[in-house]
Amino acid sequence: MYEVRFHGRGGQGAVTAANTLADAAFREGKDVQAFPMFGVERRGAPVAAFARIDKEPIDVKTQIYEPDIVVVLDMSLLDVVDVTEGLKEGGKVVLNTAKEPSEFDFEDAEVFTVDATTIAVDNGLGTETNPIVNTAILGAYSKVAGNVKMESIYKGIENNVPVKHDENKQAAKEAYEQVIGV
Amino acid sequence: MAEQESRTVKGNMATALGAKLCRPNVIPAYPITPSTLFPERISEYIADGELDASMVRVESEHSAMSACIGASASGARVCTASASQGVALMHEMLFIASGMRLPIVMAVGNRALSAPINIWADHQDTVSSRDAGWMQFYSEKNQEGLDLMIMAFRIAEDERVLLPAMVGIDAFVLTHTIEGVDVPAQEDVDDFLPPYDPPHGKLDVDDPATFGSFGTPEYYQELKHDQTVALEETDEVIDEIFDEFEERFGREYNRLNNYKCDDADIILMTMGSMSGTARAAVDELREEGEKVGLAKLTVFRPFPGDLLKEIAGDADGLAVVDRNISPGFGGAAFAEAAGTFINENKNPLMKNFIIGLGGREIFKENFKEMYHKTKEAVEAGEVKEPVEWINMNEEIMR
Repeated sequence: MYEVRFHGRGGQGAVTAANTLADAAFREGKDVQAFPMFGVERRGAPVAAFARIDKEPIDVKTQIYEPDIVVVLDMSLLDVVDVTEGLKEGGKVVLNTAKEPSEFDFEDAEVFTVDATTIAVDNGLGTETNPIVNTAILGAYSKVAGNVKMESIYKGIENNVPVKHDENKQAAKEAYEQVIGV
Repeated sequence: MAEQESRTVKGNMATALGAKLCRPNVIPAYPITPSTLFPERISEYIADGELDASMVRVESEHSAMSACIGASASGARVCTASASQGVALMHEMLFIASGMRLPIVMAVGNRALSAPINIWADHQDTVSSRDAGWMQFYSEKNQEGLDLMIMAFRIAEDERVLLPAMVGIDAFVLTHTIEGVDVPAQEDVDDFLPPYDPPHGKLDVDDPATFGSFGTPEYYQELKHDQTVALEETDEVIDEIFDEFEERFGREYNRLNNYKCDDADIILMTMGSMSGTARAAVDELREEGEKVGLAKLTVFRPFPGDLLKEIAGDADGLAVVDRNISPGFGGAAFAEAAGTFINENKNPLMKNFIIGLGGREIFKENFKEMYHKTKEAVEAGEVKEPVEWINMNEEIMR
């Protein structure tokens, strides 16, 4: 079983990212779950969203406490949230930043970076101050985690993202190609 | 049989899809967390021309159930959705729906009752409606929510039944969680569920009749007796329709599901989404050499005492896990299980565990703890503490 945690702020699409990822993995015949941090979501407040992926039927119904990978959509969260809390030993961290992975230290976690904000804005997804990075980051996820193919991510985008399918797929593709640390 | 469509959906979407496939005519509903997505989806289906039905916007859940009753009495196929305070506000109308033998189906996003205000998973809302004369079904996962909606209509409308039914999906753990489901084709659901034709007349201005009339002491007790027998006899109809559903759609359902219970010394009995985590715990305990099984309640009303006797009658211990509490006694399922064995010569030692109230997590480790506590009681030959609360934070307790 592979467990994923997304960190974002309310309105940035972390929940849609988790849903899209689960849908993509489901298209490959995996059993999946995706869910928000149960509670009340407020625009701008830190939120988390989760996904489980397994070849076998998934029985457990708890939230995720020890993810295999953490995906951070908004770097300002690093100051307010312990994004690697509970991360499995040798787990992976994907950060949305123009910086190099070597500029971060998360102890024994493997760090990967991608400038999803620039990719999203270049593809017409949101604005500099309010970029929609949730689809771009899934491209980076696909490369880093290696357990969901880009073809499936594209299908997940078609099923879960209401508008701009081509732009969102293109952003995911560019992030797949540009993620550093792999 | 047409191929079933595989897709990912939230629990609310699964119950809404199940409802839509049943072609309801009237859906009176009042939104409430965590069930709001259900009426939203139904509205969209109607607006998009995918469902030909009347959505009745009402001013409260009491009105929603009142409108359900009127519409159902006129011969319409009726469904609604609610949760928590909404189900509580409907309470008086629930008895009228069952007393008038109306096959209304309600999806419930099982949620805690106030106070304090809490929007999370808990079975108190529907368990507190236990005596309202409705059938009660509970889902472990979204697929079950979808399938049980379809089966609930078929069972409720069966001439041998004619009683309303609730289908529970746990708040957030299911209502807001995406899972993969297989969606039966419309033509196959149409074949499984023929249009509703009330066998004993309906509200009709051209053929007036009285419905829900006065029941004086000369009649009331007999009517309640007949209604009670009707609910108790739904056992057979439920089994029959569960079997037919499996034959047609390939998914097995049981009123009380037996998982590794046949050679088990100790059995855990669960209800709702916690059953998945419990099964994972049972698998791990089995690997450790423990003889443990899981009995999952899919039907809570009528209570499947016959199956519980079969499944747990020879076990040494039965751990009943309740996500609800009847203050002054214990959990609701515990009371049912204890009552089931009252006149048996042999019965398992029974312990009751209260857990998961108001969305408190229920971990695999919690089920293992319950198993070991029950095993200790069996080995000691006595139950010192029949009702125990699990996964408590001692620091904030009195």
